[in-house]
Amino acid sequence: MLSLDQIQRLAHLARLELADAEARAMRQQLNDILAMVDQMAAVDTTDVAPMSHPQEVTQRLREDRVTEADQRALFQPIAPAVDDGLYLVPKVIE
Amino acid sequence: MHNATLAELSAKLARKEVSSVEVTRYFLERVAAGKALNAFITVDEEKSLAQARAADERIAKGGAHPLTGIPIAHKDLFCAKGWRTTCASKILENFIAPYDAHVIEQFNAAGAVILGKTNMDEFAMGSSNENSYFGPVKNPWDTKAVPGGSSGGSAAAVAARMAPAATGTDTGGSIRQPASFTGVSGLRPTYGRVSRYGMVAFASSLDQGGALAKSARDLAMVLDVMAGFDARDSTCMDRPKDDYVGALARGAKGLRIGVPREYFSQDLARDVGDPILAAIEEYKKQGATVVEVSLPNQHLSVPVYYVLAPAEASSNLSRYDGVRYGYRAPEYTDLLDMYKKTRAQGFGPEVKRRILIGTYVLSHGYYDAYYLKAQQIRRLIARDFAAAFGQCDLIMGPAAPCVAYDIGAKITDCVQMYLDDLYTIPINLAGLPGMSIPCGFGNKGRPVGLQIVGNYWSEALMLSAAHAFQQVTDWHTRTPPAFA
Repeated sequence: MLSLDQIQRLAHLARLELADAEARAMRQQLNDILAMVDQMAAVDTTDVAPMSHPQEVTQRLREDRVTEADQRALFQPIAPAVDDGLYLVPKVIE
Repeated sequence: MHNATLAELSAKLARKEVSSVEVTRYFLERVAAGKALNAFITVDEEKSLAQARAADERIAKGGAHPLTGIPIAHKDLFCAKGWRTTCASKILENFIAPYDAHVIEQFNAAGAVILGKTNMDEFAMGSSNENSYFGPVKNPWDTKAVPGGSSGGSAAAVAARMAPAATGTDTGGSIRQPASFTGVSGLRPTYGRVSRYGMVAFASSLDQGGALAKSARDLAMVLDVMAGFDARDSTCMDRPKDDYVGALARGAKGLRIGVPREYFSQDLARDVGDPILAAIEEYKKQGATVVEVSLPNQHLSVPVYYVLAPAEASSNLSRYDGVRYGYRAPEYTDLLDMYKKTRAQGFGPEVKRRILIGTYVLSHGYYDAYYLKAQQIRRLIARDFAAAFGQCDLIMGPAAPCVAYDIGAKITDCVQMYLDDLYTIPINLAGLPGMSIPCGFGNKGRPVGLQIVGNYWSEALMLSAAHAFQQVTDWHTRTPPAFA
C-alpha cells in the first residue's frame, strides 16, 4: 500500500504538483491498480527472458552524417517564452 | 453520398460526377450537423477546401490516386503541419504542429483531404473517450452511451457518416474497442507496419497507427496508403506492404479459425457472446473450419499492461515541461515549480495516474518486481499466440466483453474499466495485428464487434476474411438512425 508520503515522493519524481486532496484521491486509485497488478507475483517466470519489444530485431544503423537541418525559426514560434532565438526559463544559476 | 464506399467515391470523382470540393463541403456540413457528438476537436474549412481544390486540379490533369480528393479524418495525435494537434490535452491545447506525421505525408501524397482532427482520450489513455480535455464524445447509436476509446472521435465520425474513413491508434485496443462500440470496421496493423513518425507517443512498445472505416474493403484502401517503410521511425519495419485490395477476394474457404476457450468465460456478456458465436457459424458456412485454441496467460494481460504502458508513458510524457512547446503555468517561483505547476495544470487525472504508476514501477527497488516481471509475462503471452497460430490462420472472438455503456457509468472505477480491455490488450503485448468488424447488436440495440486477430504481417488475410463476412452479411451497412 502506498502511503501519502510515497505518493508525494512519486509526484516529485514525476514533476507533478499534487494538492493534498488530489493526493488522497489518487492514493486509493493507485492502490487499487497495484492490487490488480499484484496478480503477476504468483506467476513462475524462472528462466523467461524479458520481452522489451514485440519485434526481435536489432536497431538499424545509418551512415554517420548530419541529417537534421536547422529549423529554429520554425520551432521557436510555438514555444511559451523565447527571446533572440533562445528558450526562456526561470533563472537557475545566480 | 455519406454511405458510399471509398471505391464508389473514388469512381464518382474520377468520372467528374462530383468534385472534391463538393465532397469535402458535403462532409464538412455533416460534421457541423453532428457537432453535438463532439467527435472533432478541430475543423478548418479553409485548409480542407484548399486541399480539395488541389485534388480537383490533380484529377483534371490525370494521375490521381484512388484516394485523391477524398476527405479523411485524423485522430488528434497525428501531427499535421499548420493544424492544431492537441492529443485532447490542455498541455497541447494550442500546439500547432510544425511538421507532418509520416501517415499525414502519405495521405497528402495520395491527394486525400484532411477533414479535421478527431477527439480522443487524453494522450490515448482511456477506453470511453471520457478523458478528453475537450469533453466526452457521444455514441451516434445512442447519445447517452460512450463511443469507446481512445479513438472515440474517429469511431463516432465514421459511424455517423461524418467521415468516409478516419485514422486511429491502438495501444491496448483503442481502435478495435471503439470500432466495436460504434459498429464500424477498425484495423490495428502489426507493430512496425505503419510509421509512428509524428504520431504523439504514449507507450512506444505498444503503440501502432491504424484506421477505422465502414468496411474491410475501405480499410484495405486506407492501409495501402498508411503502410510502408519510413526510416524516421526506428521501429518501422523495412518490409514490403502487401496488395491488400487485391487479396480481398480470397474468401473464407479453408480458413482455420482459432477460437480461444478463455474468450468465452463468465466475463463475456451473453448479448455480446451470441452475435460472436453466430458470426463464427457464418464463417463455417463459408467453408472455414473452427479449432479450439488456448491462451492460458490471457488473464495476466491487463496487469502486465498496467505496468508496461504507464512505465513507457511516464518516460514519454516527461517531454511536456513547458519549455519548447505546449502549455506553461502562468505563475511559478522557480524552474522546478514551473515544471510541477505546468504538468499539474496541463495533464488530466487519468494521465497523472498513469504517470505516477509508471514512475513507481520504474523506481529504485521496484523495477524487478514490476517492470522486469511484466516483461517476462509479456513473453509468455506472446508464446501463447505463437502456439495458437501453429493450429490456426486467424483467431476470432469478442473485441469487448460488453456493448457500449452509458457515459459516466464506469468512470469512477478505473480498474473495472481497465479490466474491460482483456480481449484487446494481449494482441498489443504480442505486437500482433487485430481488427474489429460489426457482427450484430446487443442490449439496448448497441453494436457488437467481432475481433479478428492475425499472425504477424497477415493484414491481407485478415482483411480478406473480414471482407468475406461482409459479402454475406449487412451489419457493416447499418447506420445509426439519427445519421442515416
